[in-house]
Amino acid sequence: MPVDARTLTLQRPRNLKAALAMLAKEPTLTPIAGCTDVLVGLHFGTSDTRQFIDLWSLDELRGITSKPILRIGALTTYTEIIASPLVQKRVPMLVAAAREIGGAQIQNRGTLGGNIANASPAGDTLPVLAAAGALIVLRSASGERRVSFARFYTGYRTSVRQPDELITAIEIPAIDGRQWWRKVGTRRAQAISKIMMAGVRSPADHLRQGYGGQEAGRHSCKVRIAIGSVAPTVVLAEAAAAVLSQGGAIGDAQAALRKEIAPIDDLRSTGDYRQQVAANLLAAFWKDTE
Amino acid sequence: MLLTINGRQRRLTVPPMARLLDVLREDCGLTGTKEGCGEGECGACTVLVDGVAVDSCLVPVAHVEGCQVVTIEGAAAAKRSAKALQNAFVEHGGAQCGICTPGMIMAALPLKAGASRDEIKTALAGNLCRCTGYISIFNSVEAALSPAKKGPPSRVALRRASAHARRR
Ligand SMILES: Cc1cc2nc3c(=O)[nH]c(=O)nc-3n(C[C@H](O)[C@H](O)[C@H](O)COP(=O)(O)OP(=O)(O)OC[C@H]3O[C@@H](n4cnc5c(N)ncnc54)[C@H](O)[C@@H]3O)c2cc1C
Ligand code: FES
Ligand code: FES
Repeated sequence: MPVDARTLTLQRPRNLKAALAMLAKEPTLTPIAGCTDVLVGLHFGTSDTRQFIDLWSLDELRGITSKPILRIGALTTYTEIIASPLVQKRVPMLVAAAREIGGAQIQNRGTLGGNIANASPAGDTLPVLAAAGALIVLRSASGERRVSFARFYTGYRTSVRQPDELITAIEIPAIDGRQWWRKVGTRRAQAISKIMMAGVRSPADHLRQGYGGQEAGRHSCKVRIAIGSVAPTVVLAEAAAAVLSQGGAIGDAQAALRKEIAPIDDLRSTGDYRQQVAANLLAAFWKDTE
Repeated sequence: MLLTINGRQRRLTVPPMARLLDVLREDCGLTGTKEGCGEGECGACTVLVDGVAVDSCLVPVAHVEGCQVVTIEGAAAAKRSAKALQNAFVEHGGAQCGICTPGMIMAALPLKAGASRDEIKTALAGNLCRCTGYISIFNSVEAALSPAKKGPPSRVALRRASAHARRR
């Protein structure tokens, strides 16, 4: 049953400072950004929150800058990410992921901060941010802190974000090497992911090839691989990445990967299917970034 | 709350978290905007907010205060391409039952003249149609946006004309 809108309240702060003060006083308020998750939950009666605080007009949370580190405001929409020359140049895998989220209407409203805070295991930007080694900037009335993406989630739909904190921005350090992204869904548009993988392969690998494999055995390249929808939260496949970094065979890396993930059966796919596709994606990543 | 809908200012007393879709249909009597799914999947409820296509079922009305909202009723006045789109949908069989049509037209409105088939598909990726199989919708939009004023009559139009002649 849809929730009657008359039972819902919305606080509308004029700026970030006012928003943080309201949250300090009433930490039970639920922030709203583009509402592409929030209004679905209210319409289908799956959400029990009734008191909201509006972030949509807080311009301090918008914009993309790069001095010196790439900083994407939490309220930045997918459409803005896709159109940004800065993001296209530095994090093409984020642009690729944003292009496949929903359709144009969802991309025009859905925000990066909302995708992170919503904390769905199927959130498409999450593997990208994990593979990129992103930092999440959190702010409350009492100050600001940065949390590395790998430490942000603590379990299924839970994170280290405190109720009085907002995500204000996402910072992405310079990424060396090739970036890779693949989403597997039921159709090309408007489909929630069955599984998705982001990967980064650093140029050290090309160096190794240049030396005719002399450096085999040493860390010959740096690899970061992150997978979504295969566990309660996004998984950084460190064992599989280590095998590949050290020049191991792709089969060994796939075996390592299978142990790192724990996909479940749900209405979108079976766990077995996801195991197999994760291994296939790993091979595709390795081949495409050669 | 002061809203500007199809160029007209309206003062409405509505809860801030009401869906723009409900405010349009129930408080403004603008029933051209359709509800298909109520969860952002189908695009039937698409309107323009400051020129940008959004699903009105996922927009709390508070977010459009001070913005220009355009619905299918105001499309022709807001954008020159609206009339061409309407004609092309008739000509090329872009509408069957019609429930998706207002959303399709609104989602196509931000497209520029001469948009490619890929650009059209991307713009309409968030709009579902249970009837046409999409091809005739893409054809309609392509025809409406193609710089050549009048192409040859579509196959649908020819078939219709001959059926019409037979009936007579
Ligand atoms: C039809 C449809 C298709 C979709 N397709 C995809 C898809 O392909 N891939 C995908 O990943 N997602 C998809 N989504 C989900 C959704 O669009 C994204 O998760 C989006 O990024 C959410 O952002 P938002 O601004 O709309 O968040 P909102 O709905 O406004 O908020 C979501 C949650 O985040 C919290 N929140 C938002 N911003 C902040 C902040 N700055 N600080 C703290 N908390 C915050 C809110 O309190 C809420 O709990 C889809 C949704 C729909 C309706
Ligand atoms: S009714 Fe809004 S997208 Fe279907
Ligand atoms: S014409 Fe019937 S849904 Fe598109």
